[in-house]
Amino acid sequence: MSGIALIVIGTSWGGLEALSVIVRGLPGSFPIPLVAVQHRSRDARPMLAELLQQNTELTVSEAEDKDFLSPGRLLLAPPDYHLLIEDSFISLDTDQQVKYSRPSIDVTLISAAETYGARVAGLVLTGANDDGAAGLRRIADRGGVALVEDPTTATSAAMPAAALRAVPQARVLALADIPAALVRLADEPIRRRA
Amino acid sequence: MTLAAAPLTYDPEIERIEIALLLEGIFRHYGFDFRSYAYSSIRRRVWKRIEAESLSSISALQELILHDRQAMERLLHDLSVNVTAMFRDPEFYVAFREKVIPHLRTFPFVRIWHAGCATGEEAYSMAILLQEEGLFDRSRIYATDMNEIVLQKAKEGIFPLERMQEYTQNYLRAGGTQSFSKYYTAKYDGALLSRHLLRNIVFSQHNLVTDRSFAEFHVILCRNVLIYFDRTLQGIVHELLFSSLATFGVLALGSKESLKFSPNEPCYEVLDLSAKLYRKVHSTCPASPSS
Repeated sequence: MSGIALIVIGTSWGGLEALSVIVRGLPGSFPIPLVAVQHRSRDARPMLAELLQQNTELTVSEAEDKDFLSPGRLLLAPPDYHLLIEDSFISLDTDQQVKYSRPSIDVTLISAAETYGARVAGLVLTGANDDGAAGLRRIADRGGVALVEDPTTATSAAMPAAALRAVPQARVLALADIPAALVRLADEPIRRRA
Repeated sequence: MTLAAAPLTYDPEIERIEIALLLEGIFRHYGFDFRSYAYSSIRRRVWKRIEAESLSSISALQELILHDRQAMERLLHDLSVNVTAMFRDPEFYVAFREKVIPHLRTFPFVRIWHAGCATGEEAYSMAILLQEEGLFDRSRIYATDMNEIVLQKAKEGIFPLERMQEYTQNYLRAGGTQSFSKYYTAKYDGALLSRHLLRNIVFSQHNLVTDRSFAEFHVILCRNVLIYFDRTLQGIVHELLFSSLATFGVLALGSKESLKFSPNEPCYEVLDLSAKLYRKVHSTCPASPSS
């Protein structure tokens, strides 16, 4: 069993396509709970969950307050709320936008790092700003796993590039290779990464 | 962001102790009870305040706020003030017009409790909606918050002018039937809400965690307030809301909240799932299932 208890994915511009590739490549029995923060306008309908659900055996839903983190499940941060990670569940928060974003990727990654320490993996995908960089840095500082989509394969390179500048030691992965890497992560004992 | 404030040596267990001591100190000295608030949210806001005060630890913040009432006011602001907007989630107001207003018309007088009203934007929104539905003159909105300072702002009813464009759009999408500009006067850099809307709104202090029920209501709005509580406290406050609601009264929650963790869930029926409108259908609740 893996030492990783949670994977948090952050993405912005181009995120729907990137998330689709990832969830399509994961089995319904994927053992690590997943949370994704995708920048969206506050008026967005809950279409993102429906679109992703069509492509995956995972259970995808837009998070409601205090929803549990569980294996085989992908929770999406709802528009206009920050999503915070508690021990085995999530909380929502309507505090101010961070870097013009709510949900903020940094907010979720940082709370994941503070709650799960070395037992969390953060993954920054395509996006046109630098949200996620500070959060991924915090995950690395707490001993967690930092993953970044290869900026050269990303629809928009700015966000993964910023994450790499903040965490130069992060593992860089082409989008197509990410599902397999996450499956391997699930099999990887925590001590091997020390 | 609170990056600079992150301690170099970090021990989550010590942090948990420090936060518990801070919240205990606030409760004992000032009476505000944050002890059962959602931990991650409290932790984040506490670190924001530590950074703003140029401190480096939770214990240092504890020392400061216990001896400096002004610093406590600033922390209270961080812990309690939440972002809101007029006609936030316009589709909620559409559903309210369609599914709740017809029921309210059957009463000679309507009492509405807006619990956790913050600076009052949503209470004024409800007043406008009731006015347009011809119900405002026989309604009273009791808008409460635990924070006196935000209540003072709510009573003033002056909102930033630069948000009026957004509020106008929200108002129209919420089913508004008039010109939104008739409800406010531009004044200096603020928009002063029509004083007529205040005639049936009562703003007063009430703390959901430490105070009791104070009346029976036909509608209780408690939107994006319970998300700040842990599950246990949510259950306790749900009981308070339930006992403050008339039979067939309506409970409105935030768009990402639900009754699924509430022991009172079996006593409600869903009036509108996406608008989070629930109707109380049993006057007494069966004993909550032990979990």
